[in-house]
Amino acid sequence: MSIRRLAEEIVQPSTFSFNADNLTWAKKAILKYPVGREQSAIVPLLMRVQEQEGWVTRASIEYVADMLSMPYIRALEIAVFYTQFQLKPVGTKAHIQICGTTPCMLRGAEELKAICRKRIHCYPFERNAECTLSWEEVECLGGCVNAPMIMIFKDTYEDLTPERLEDIIDAFASGRRESIPVGPQNGRHSSEPLTDLALLKGNILSVSEKKQS
Amino acid sequence: MAKIKIDGKEIEVPGHYTLLQAAEEAGVEIPRFCFHERLSISGNCRMCLVEVKGGPPKPVTSCAMEVFDLRLGSNGEIPEIFTNSPMVKKSREGVMEFLLINHPLDCPICDQGGECDLQDQAITYGRRRSRYIENKRVVKDKYIGPLIKTVMTRCIHCTRCVRFSTEIAGVSEVGLVGRGEDAEITTFLEHAITSELQGNLIDLCPVGALTARPYAFHARPWELNKTESIDVMDALGSAIRIDTRGREVMRIIPRINESVNEEWISDKTRFIWDGLRTQRLDRPYLRNQEGRLTAISWEQAFASIKSAISKAKKKRIGAIAGDLATVEEMYALKLLLKSLGSENIDCRQDGVSLDPLLGRSSYIFNPTIAGIEESDAFLIVGSNPRFEAAVLNARILKRQNMGTYPIGVIGERSELPYAYDYLGAGTEALSNLAVGQGAFFNGLKKAEKPLIMVGQGALVGKDGIKILQLAAKLTNYVGGVSDKWNGFAVLHTAASRVGGLDIGFVSKSGITAADIVRDSSVLFLLGADEINLSTKKGFVIYIGSHGDKGAHAADVVLPASAYTEKTGFYVNTEGRVQMTNRAGFAPGEAKEDWAILRALSDVLGHRLPFDSLHALRLNLVKDYPHFGAINEIMPGKIDDIIALSRKIGTVDNYPFMSSIKDFYLTNPIARASAVMAECSTLAHSRSTQIKEE
Repeated sequence: MSIRRLAEEIVQPSTFSFNADNLTWAKKAILKYPVGREQSAIVPLLMRVQEQEGWVTRASIEYVADMLSMPYIRALEIAVFYTQFQLKPVGTKAHIQICGTTPCMLRGAEELKAICRKRIHCYPFERNAECTLSWEEVECLGGCVNAPMIMIFKDTYEDLTPERLEDIIDAFASGRRESIPVGPQNGRHSSEPLTDLALLKGNILSVSEKKQS
Repeated sequence: MAKIKIDGKEIEVPGHYTLLQAAEEAGVEIPRFCFHERLSISGNCRMCLVEVKGGPPKPVTSCAMEVFDLRLGSNGEIPEIFTNSPMVKKSREGVMEFLLINHPLDCPICDQGGECDLQDQAITYGRRRSRYIENKRVVKDKYIGPLIKTVMTRCIHCTRCVRFSTEIAGVSEVGLVGRGEDAEITTFLEHAITSELQGNLIDLCPVGALTARPYAFHARPWELNKTESIDVMDALGSAIRIDTRGREVMRIIPRINESVNEEWISDKTRFIWDGLRTQRLDRPYLRNQEGRLTAISWEQAFASIKSAISKAKKKRIGAIAGDLATVEEMYALKLLLKSLGSENIDCRQDGVSLDPLLGRSSYIFNPTIAGIEESDAFLIVGSNPRFEAAVLNARILKRQNMGTYPIGVIGERSELPYAYDYLGAGTEALSNLAVGQGAFFNGLKKAEKPLIMVGQGALVGKDGIKILQLAAKLTNYVGGVSDKWNGFAVLHTAASRVGGLDIGFVSKSGITAADIVRDSSVLFLLGADEINLSTKKGFVIYIGSHGDKGAHAADVVLPASAYTEKTGFYVNTEGRVQMTNRAGFAPGEAKEDWAILRALSDVLGHRLPFDSLHALRLNLVKDYPHFGAINEIMPGKIDDIIALSRKIGTVDNYPFMSSIKDFYLTNPIARASAVMAECSTLAHSRSTQIKEE
C-alpha cells in the first residue's frame, strides 16, 4: 500500500461546500447517530464528498470536521486511513478500480492492468493526459465467481477480457457509459454457468429416487 | 479486592487494577512504552506481555487486562501470572526486535540517549543483535512548533503524545495518520501545537522522536547536576528539577508532586532557562550626571544609597516587592524599612484588593489544587486559568473528564480546553449570581462542593474589594463554606504574592503600590518590574537579577540572584510553603538578595538581626510559625470568608480582564528569553489570524 497523504497544496481547491441536495442528505445522515456520537458520521459524509468532488480535498476534510464539530486532525486520520477515499484528483470521467486479488489475478487481472497502463497511465492514481481517466489496483471487490472484474464509480463490470475493458474505457472516455451494461460482460446474467450445466443434469429428484429403490 | 499470584508471590489488590499495576504492587517491573498512569490505555506497544496460567495460550498485554478479567482455576485456585517465564522472555525479545526493525541506530546523536526507555529496555529485555537486513523505513520530520524538535524516524507509535494532547492538554491537535508501516505522528498540516503544556510531550515520548528544540545537542543527561526546586513562573509552585552543567542551567523538567502539578509543567516553566543567561545584572550600577548607568563597586553603591536615605524624610521611603521575590528577602526588606521608620511597603504591584487583615482564607486557594477533583461545580471569575495557571487548567479539564462538571465563566470569553457556560463579562453577571439569578446558580447551589475561583483580573481597580466580597457572599450563599469544604479560591499569578501577604508586606494605611511609587523620595524595588514606574519622582534602588523595566528606571542597580540561584521560601496560591534550592551561582558580582539587604542595613546603621540565612529563617519562623512546615498548608479560617461575605457594597458595572496579557512574557526572566519571545510572536500571529477570520 502506498503512503497516503493529502495532495499537494497546488492542486487543492481553496474551499468546499456540499451542494443543496447533499447538504440536506448530510444533515439527515448525521441524525442517524446518537446524540454526542455525531462524529461517527464522518465516513458517510466523506464518501459523499468524494461522490460530489471526485476526491477528498483538504478543504472538504475541514468542512466535514467543522460540520461534525471535531478536530481537523481526527478527520484527517479517518480520511488517510481508508483507502477508498481518494486523496488526489482522479479521472473526471472514470476512475477504474481493478480487482487484483487472487481469483481475479488468476483469471487475468494482470492483463487488465496492462491495458490500463497502456491506455491511461503507467502508474496507478495518475491521470491520463486529458485528466479524464485514472486507475488503481484494489483488494477483493467480492465478485470472485465473475473474475476478473473492475469497479467504476458504484458499478461493477465483470467477466472481463482485455478487449472488453478497452471497449469500456472507450465508452467512458467518450461519454457513452450508458452503452455498457453493468455486471457480467460475457452474456451471463449473474454467476450462473456460462454454457450448459456441467453437473446435476436431468431430474435430480428422480436420480435420488432410483438410488433408493 | 482480588487475590492474584505474580511469579509465585500472592498479593491482594483492588480488582480494577490492571495486571501491570498489580505486578508493580508485587514489586515486579514490567517493561512498557505506550502505557502511562495518567493517560488512557491503548495497548499498542505490546511490550508489557505476560503469561497467564491457564489463560489463553498466548501472552497477554498486562496493561490492558484487569485482575477481575482473570478466572479462578478449575479447583478454585487464585489466578496466576508469570512475568519471567520463557514465554514472556521470548515474546519480549520478539516485540523488541520488531520495534527496533525500523528504529534508527542513531543513539550517539540522539538527545534522548542516556534517558531513553527504548535504549534501556532494549538492553534489558531485547536480543543481543538484529536479524533484519532489509532497508529501514524513513519518516519525514514534522514541524509541530518552536519548542519540540521531531525526529520522526525514531517514533515507535506508542501514541502517548496523541493521548496527552487530547486528554490532558485538551487540544486535539496531534494525531496518527496513515496506517501500518506508514503510520506517522503529526499535527494537521504541520501547524504548531497551541497548548501551553506541550513541553510535556518531550518527557512522555519514550524514545527520541520528540525532544526539546532549545536544548538540542546542548548536554547529555549524565553530565548534568540535578537540583530539586520549585517553579516561580506562576503562583502554583510546580515541582521542578533544575539540571545544570557548571554554572549554566541546561534544562528544567518536572518532578512529581501529586498535590500541585502531578507531573506536568507549563512551557514557560520548562523553557525559561535561556532567559537566565541574558540581560543579567552582574555588577552594581549607579546613574551618573548624564543620566547613564555606570558600573561601580558595591561600597560606592551602598554609599550613594546612604546619602539618598539621609536626605529623605522617613515617611517618604518606600519599597515594592516584585513577583519573583522569596519570602526571606521580603522579610528582610520589611525589617529594613521598619528600622528606617517607614511602613510604605507593598507586594501587590498590580494593586489588587487583597489584604492580610481580612484573614488568610481571603487570599488563598482554599479548596487546594488537588481539591478541584473533589469539587462538583466550578465558577471562574475574572481569570483565564489557561494562561494564569496552565497546570491548574489541566486539573480542571481532568475533573470534567471524570464526569459531569458544570463550569461557568465570568470575564473574558476565551478559548479553554473544556466546555463552559459563559455567564457574562463582568460585575453585573457576578452580582446577578450572588442574588441567586440565572440557571448556573442552580448548578452551584445543587453542588455539594462548589468551587468559586477569583482571578487577579477581577480584584484590580477600586472596586476589587467589593468583587472579593461578592464572590465570598456567593460562595457562602451556595453552601460552599463549611467545616468540611471551603470553596472560596483566589488564583494568584505571582509566585511571591501569597508569601508577601503572609508576612504582611503591605502598608497598613490603605496606600497602594502606585501611591508608593509616586510619593517616595527613596524607593526600593525588589525585582519589581510589572509596575508603572513613569510616575516615580525619587531615588530608585533596584535589587534584582535582570535588566528590565525596574533597572531602567533605577538610580542604583544592585545585582541579585534569580530563583535558580538561591534557596528561599515561596508560598503558592494554595498557601503551601515550599522551598527552592540553589542550582548554581549568580553571575559576576551578583549576590543573594537577603545578603544584599543585610549588608546594606549595616551601612545604613540599622543592622538587621541575622548574619546567616539560617538565622533569618529562625526569626521568620518565630514571627510567622507556619513557615516552619515546608510543603504544608496552614488552612485559612472559614469565619474570615463569612465575615467577608457580610460586607457588600454597590458595584459599578464593568468587565473583568485577565491579568495576563501575554502568557510567555510575564516576568523579567521570560522577557529575556529568546524562546519565550518566539513563542509569544507565534501566539500573537495566531490570535490576529483568528481575529481576521
